[in-house]
Amino acid sequence: MTQARLGLTLGPVLFLWDEARWRDFYFRMADEGEVDTVVLGEVVCSKRDHFHLASMPEIIDRLTAAGKTVRLATLGLVTLERERKSVRKLAEQEDYEVEVGELSAVAALAGKPHAVGPLVNVYNAATAKVLAGKGATSICLPPELPVSSIQTIVRGTPGMAFEVFAFGRVPLAISARCAHARIKGLTKDNCQFVCGSDPDGLPVDTLDDQQFLALNGVQTMSSTCLSLLGDVASLRAAGVDSLRLSPQVCDMVEVARLFRAAADGAIGPIEAMARLGRAYPDMRFSNGFFHGVAGHEFVA
Amino acid sequence: MELICPAGTPAAFRDAIEVGADAVYCGFRDETNARNFPGLNFSRAELETSIAFARQRKVKTLVAINTFMRAGDEALWESAVDDAAALGADAVILADLGLIAYAAEKHPGLRLHLSVQAGAANADHVNFLVDAFGIKRAVLPRVLTIAEVAALTRQARCETEVFVFGGLCVMEEGRCSLSSYATGKSPNMHGVCSPASHVRYRKDGPEMVSELGEFTINRFPETEAAGYPTICKGRFVAEGEDGYIFEDPVSLDAMAHLDALQEAGVAALKIEGRQRGRSYVAKVVSEIRRQLDAAGPVVAGDALRRMSEGQRTTQGSYDKRWR
Repeated sequence: MTQARLGLTLGPVLFLWDEARWRDFYFRMADEGEVDTVVLGEVVCSKRDHFHLASMPEIIDRLTAAGKTVRLATLGLVTLERERKSVRKLAEQEDYEVEVGELSAVAALAGKPHAVGPLVNVYNAATAKVLAGKGATSICLPPELPVSSIQTIVRGTPGMAFEVFAFGRVPLAISARCAHARIKGLTKDNCQFVCGSDPDGLPVDTLDDQQFLALNGVQTMSSTCLSLLGDVASLRAAGVDSLRLSPQVCDMVEVARLFRAAADGAIGPIEAMARLGRAYPDMRFSNGFFHGVAGHEFVA
Repeated sequence: MELICPAGTPAAFRDAIEVGADAVYCGFRDETNARNFPGLNFSRAELETSIAFARQRKVKTLVAINTFMRAGDEALWESAVDDAAALGADAVILADLGLIAYAAEKHPGLRLHLSVQAGAANADHVNFLVDAFGIKRAVLPRVLTIAEVAALTRQARCETEVFVFGGLCVMEEGRCSLSSYATGKSPNMHGVCSPASHVRYRKDGPEMVSELGEFTINRFPETEAAGYPTICKGRFVAEGEDGYIFEDPVSLDAMAHLDALQEAGVAALKIEGRQRGRSYVAKVVSEIRRQLDAAGPVVAGDALRRMSEGQRTTQGSYDKRWR
């Protein structure tokens, strides 16, 4: 029986990486990363925009030359006038598909075909159909959805391509307040871009030394790294089209290679997870959301 | 400005009306609303009686159906909308895009309010829903400054409503999975945040430890009252130092901004607290009613602060420095 090929999408870098790290990462992913689609852009904090604008054209060229499809993501939380303008600007360009971070971008796209990012609340097929009617052609579902919901949504929305967040620290919350700046004695307006000093997130532990969360500017993430590497069979059965890999400070080329191999059935889940542990040493993995239990848990 | 008051029970509903609510919001006794707590909320019959009581006193009833429909179980949410409409609710407060579309199509005469859980934080987002579904009012997320509330209200093609008192979400509403990360129970899907079923208090020597699921959320010395383990108001360790990393155990008090909100053109002020008891609702509503009706500047009073969780308050995002 031939199965449809599971695609791989490299999500946007959610952390503030300095320009050199950022450019090197994308060059390497362009040259060696076995991903089909690459989503670029700042989705967490608009104050970071200027860090990567200069190298963006170069990155896009390198990725497209390597045969990757490039998508441009809009911000997840839009409150300021200049943020609204930047959403509209992205929506107006015709060169690349836009991935919407919240619904003002859908309004700005005015029916033009687009992708929907994981921060948009799509919990059922009825919502997916509303978005389809506004031009969405693909949706990355929210990470907190269990596989039962994923399957029901996919089956209930024929013609829509569905993506699932399959690797990376889970974006759990976003705030107007920057806890990352606050911890360093600063406020959001005068943050000095301190989140840049924690390129893989700033760990937040409990008072009993349990690893719990990670700060990424105004975003709060999981301490664990979500991995659905061992769940590829269920993802396929649920009818998912593509898996999203969210960049972390680890060997992302190897991560993509493992997901590709697992998706193609070239390696089994146990070997895949063992190799993932070597690609991202000292990291605890989770897949609880997918299995309908607490998100931090790992269900083997 | 209308004063929108919470009611977790029919008794609190009547109390809120007696002390000056212009509208009362409540939900059905299931996961279709964001305060799905044991012993709270309304049966269909209770809602019918309550709406009749409100009608006699010219007070509106708003029904919150503001969680996200679980895939495959949409009928539960759809029937909540159908029943709210049939029982004569003056508006339904919705967050789920699919449910909003359903309500707009099935009940064209029903007034739709956009729940804070929809996280519509800019005028383009709000207007998109006004144009697509005829939303009449948007409850704004607690991420905006007063100036941003004013700008949004100017540009929105519908009314706006803001929270002025009660529990404070530190994270943007409708986009927070902290609770489900720790417990598997989520505000968006189950209508609970840091659910009591997963809360445990444990003595450890002289300290009281509050836990949510497997995680320690705070430790209290004997001299300090043990608070409820809500994740965003917990005490954690980062960079070797412990503290309230997201927010202290405070609640929102924006009474000092009533004039500014009025000037901004905000249509309605909302009090949080469907899970709070009758005395909270009665005292808070009457005090805020008194302040709204009084001429001249408002004096932030101790009377309200004493009603707050933790008895400490913040102006939240309304004050730019909060960020």
